[in-house]
Amino acid sequence: MNAPSRIAMRRLDLTTGRIDLTHGAGGRAMQQLIGEVFRPAFDNPILARGDDHGLFDVPAGRMAMSTDSFVVSPLFFPGGNIGSLAVHGTVNDVAMSGARVLYLSAGFVIEEGFPLADLQRIVQSMGDAAHAAGVTIVAGDTKVVEHGKADGLFINTAGVGIAPPGIEISGDRARPGDIILISGTMGDHGIAIMAHRAGLEFETTLESDSAALNGLVAAMVGAVPGIRVLRDPTRGGLAAALNEICHQSGVGMFLHEAAVPVKPDVIGACELLGLDPLNVANEGKLLAVAPAAYAGRLLDAMRDHPLGRDAVAIGEVTADPSRFVRMATRIGGERIVDWLAGEQLPRIC
Amino acid sequence: MCLAIPVRIVALTSPGMAKVALGGIIKEISVMLIEDPQPGDYVMLHVGFALAKIDEEEAKRTLELLVELDPKVMADFSPADAEAEAP
Amino acid sequence: MKHLDEYRDGDTARHVAAAIHREAEPGRLYRLMEFCGGHTHTIFRYGIEDLLPANVEMVHGPGCPVCVLPIGRLDMAIRMARRDGVILASYGDMLRVPGSKGQSLMKAKAEGADVRMVYSTMDAVRLAETNPDREVIFFAIGFETTTPPTALAVEAACSKRLTNFSVFCNHVLTPPAIGAILDAPAAGDADAVAIDGFLGPAHVSVVIGSQPYEVFAAHYGKPVAISGFEPVDMLQSILMLVRQLNEGRAEVENQYIRAVTRAGNVRAQRAMARVFQVLPAFEWRGLGSIPCSALRIRDEFAAFDAEHRFDEPYVPAEGTKSCECPAVLRGAKKPTDCKLFGQACTPETPLGSCMVSSEGACAAYYAYGRMRTPAA
Repeated sequence: MNAPSRIAMRRLDLTTGRIDLTHGAGGRAMQQLIGEVFRPAFDNPILARGDDHGLFDVPAGRMAMSTDSFVVSPLFFPGGNIGSLAVHGTVNDVAMSGARVLYLSAGFVIEEGFPLADLQRIVQSMGDAAHAAGVTIVAGDTKVVEHGKADGLFINTAGVGIAPPGIEISGDRARPGDIILISGTMGDHGIAIMAHRAGLEFETTLESDSAALNGLVAAMVGAVPGIRVLRDPTRGGLAAALNEICHQSGVGMFLHEAAVPVKPDVIGACELLGLDPLNVANEGKLLAVAPAAYAGRLLDAMRDHPLGRDAVAIGEVTADPSRFVRMATRIGGERIVDWLAGEQLPRIC
Repeated sequence: MCLAIPVRIVALTSPGMAKVALGGIIKEISVMLIEDPQPGDYVMLHVGFALAKIDEEEAKRTLELLVELDPKVMADFSPADAEAEAP
Repeated sequence: MKHLDEYRDGDTARHVAAAIHREAEPGRLYRLMEFCGGHTHTIFRYGIEDLLPANVEMVHGPGCPVCVLPIGRLDMAIRMARRDGVILASYGDMLRVPGSKGQSLMKAKAEGADVRMVYSTMDAVRLAETNPDREVIFFAIGFETTTPPTALAVEAACSKRLTNFSVFCNHVLTPPAIGAILDAPAAGDADAVAIDGFLGPAHVSVVIGSQPYEVFAAHYGKPVAISGFEPVDMLQSILMLVRQLNEGRAEVENQYIRAVTRAGNVRAQRAMARVFQVLPAFEWRGLGSIPCSALRIRDEFAAFDAEHRFDEPYVPAEGTKSCECPAVLRGAKKPTDCKLFGQACTPETPLGSCMVSSEGACAAYYAYGRMRTPAA
């Protein structure tokens, strides 16, 4: 009888098993976790080498880099989970520079007792999301903290990409006369999440719009290299993103409320909760600011792409020393679209 | 005076409770303050309670009153700021 | 969405506004108070003032229960929240209102008090059911719209024989407050503002009916138009008031006929009467002490009355120096008349309740309308 050349460890119980402190201790248990959960899901030659770093060639050009941490609750929601969100979010942040997104890293802080089945589902989603977006997860880290010290799971992703020459896309480039476009309906992600928080208990078929936007951006930049600003309106919603751009660029904006598309479910939920859809997070939408001469061409390019079918122009950039985002309300009056004050607390009366 | 919104009763559930719909969102609320709530009725919802049924006849009357305002007047009037036309 | 979209329609709104422009007599000033904070919010959120002629002025009223709650009462709630074993359940609006010494429920929560936001009184009852070893106190505020739900919660707690649920009652009444506003000029109030007519609250009126306002038309000679909540509703109500004033009439007209009747919601009124009785007087921020203007829990429900269960004294407290909330609430000053507005007092760093509540005139003006005043 041949003795095995190595001691074979019993495989992880991915059905009923749970994370314990040894999985983050840097020893054999952690290696097993990486080998049986992370590596199969992320599956690429760079990661397979097993180093603490990913080593890769970099095409010529300027590198764009971004990082984001994900603490969403609940971890699983219609349209995604914390894992797919972590990939989409960082891919999108890098893509907003106009860069071609190439590589991601992923760091995990896992609470002791976290179900391995959930971890595998989340990690597999990340692998799928990365694959669909054409990016590679080349480095990672895992830490485990005691029970009660992390709300289940926190994920950090960082990403790099290369911006092609001649592309200058930045929040400080908006100019009076430029047109503001958005790629689709506002508020889907935030409402999908809130609908599944304890205490709200309303049913909706609405899903998060979480998606990787790098393909859409590539199509847009290809059609209109002169795009001035790209941003994905995440926390704080469209209102926050537009106000940030006004402050970076030293301009104002004028929007048309009737032009901003919002799904009926989102309107209904916002009415119930006393929220404004313009303040609600999106995870699969972008806004673009472009010279008026190119707006038509840009809109066509966006609508040609599956993630931009509902793209629409919503307003223009103005010269305004006060840097207000003003809006014509649907009845013809005027208001400003402000940053949100504090954490959104719904009205009762 | 407080935030209340019109929702449609979808179904009566347990005594005094009903599922209502607003734009595709479904929520369960109390209808204890309403006389004889029925599926299809519209009610005003406030902090988890229906406060009144919407009277469809009176609603129609309100809209008719609004529409009867002389359309000729529209031509003379333009609000101070730009009209809400999408670019 | 039915019964909503029609009253937000741009063309309809412009139709009605055109009629207001045509019918408002040039050279005559129409000062109309919208009592309700929800209406104030609608005005700014839709920019209704942009559709009105210059001689039709909206004066913002005190109908914001968060705004009119005396600081001393909020301080009591904060002290209750800090007690061992207490879960204080509150509607979202109250959490950030500044109490005395820079305290708030939100700050108390950050310092370890168990403060929970609820969307409905029944959520608070459920908290008591699922936490039998804790004392759940529901911080009840609101006008007559919000009071029936509290009444039902007390009765539910009673029928479930809960021993760990109580209500800290700060429910206030609308008609006495309107009366106080109308009495102010005669009472020698130096900055009392003259008001020609009232837009009556939408959902308070759903509960109390249109009948309680008849005294203001009959005794004070002021026209009232009970108005729905949406911009077209408000414009139509403003038109009704302009017409009443032009014709020298003083009546209670009901624009919100789809939801308001003369008698109101009798079931809701009965629920309120079963659980609450009227206090002889209650102090209102900005309006002083008003007789018979607030509610307390009846003795038979004393076990559910937080003021009965917990010995928390009421200590009157002053607001921040230079804070003009009281004058803003009376309609005597505009938000921009307050030195602190937009400077030290913003939604992120509120110094007064009018800036916290989204129905407060200051918050509404800051969030939606501050481009109307050139930056200081």
